[in-house]
Amino acid sequence: MSILHQQRAFYGLLTLAILTSVGYGLVSHGAEGMAFGFFSSFTIAGSLMCIWERSVVRSAFSLMATFMGVAGLFLLLGSDFLAMAQILIYVGGILALILFGVMLTPPDLGERSLPRIGGTLVLVLGGASLVWKHVMDATESLAVLPVEELTPMTSQDQSVGLAFLHPEQYVVAFELAAFLLTVALVAAVYIARRRTADFEPEEAA
Amino acid sequence: MGVEAYMGVAGVLFVLGIVCIISRRNILYVLMGIEMILNAANINFVAINRFGNGGLEGRMFAIFVIILAAAEAAIALAIVLNVFHLFQSIRPSDADMLRD
Repeated sequence: MSILHQQRAFYGLLTLAILTSVGYGLVSHGAEGMAFGFFSSFTIAGSLMCIWERSVVRSAFSLMATFMGVAGLFLLLGSDFLAMAQILIYVGGILALILFGVMLTPPDLGERSLPRIGGTLVLVLGGASLVWKHVMDATESLAVLPVEELTPMTSQDQSVGLAFLHPEQYVVAFELAAFLLTVALVAAVYIARRRTADFEPEEAA
Repeated sequence: MGVEAYMGVAGVLFVLGIVCIISRRNILYVLMGIEMILNAANINFVAINRFGNGGLEGRMFAIFVIILAAAEAAIALAIVLNVFHLFQSIRPSDADMLRD
């Protein structure tokens, strides 16, 4: 099977899966289920594409679907501030950083091997099945409220900001995060710089 | 939609992130897999917080995870560039010396 046929089959299956999950959500839970099916299938399809694609650029851009889908799930969970931060930081920042990494390193197109991906998938799923029962038991003991008793969704940007700056809540962690980001960015520049010994001395004209 | 649906999506995303890290031989895919895993953890935090007591704890955790992911991506990109500069290769298995 040629690469073109492989791509067509893969994306056809992916589109079918997205449509199926959207339709199933619509039938079983109405509009909210449809939105959930759309965002969750987008998330998973993006990460599948990231694993499938041969080119790093395509993988990096398919991660955008994953991040957008996760932002949509945050919106469905009533966390508007978090959805906004997800789009700003992941799509606008981290994805751009990964693309810089793609641009600054050589392409390696022959690196993907489908048997290795399939074997890894089987191994990881086998490992996951070992802990599946324990995870389900832990889920049973979660203090989860039924949907009818949930607090209604309201905009949370104000309460999140107040919690960040409240002296008895998160202000220490907030300042530490700011400090950590400063140190991390300065350290990134320091690590990534080229040593002066790397540059060739200029030829005398 | 109950909390199990969100946790299921998070679990699938986590597994795919681990597969992405293990099965691709390119450092950049390791970075992408780590981002997927952090996103899966964030979905779990927010979902359990939403279906819990209505507090803010899970969301604050998720925000700090996003902050840490940003710092981690910056440092990891610098390390990738340095590794490529030192070894002329971006396969993780090629970086096998402690000093040059």
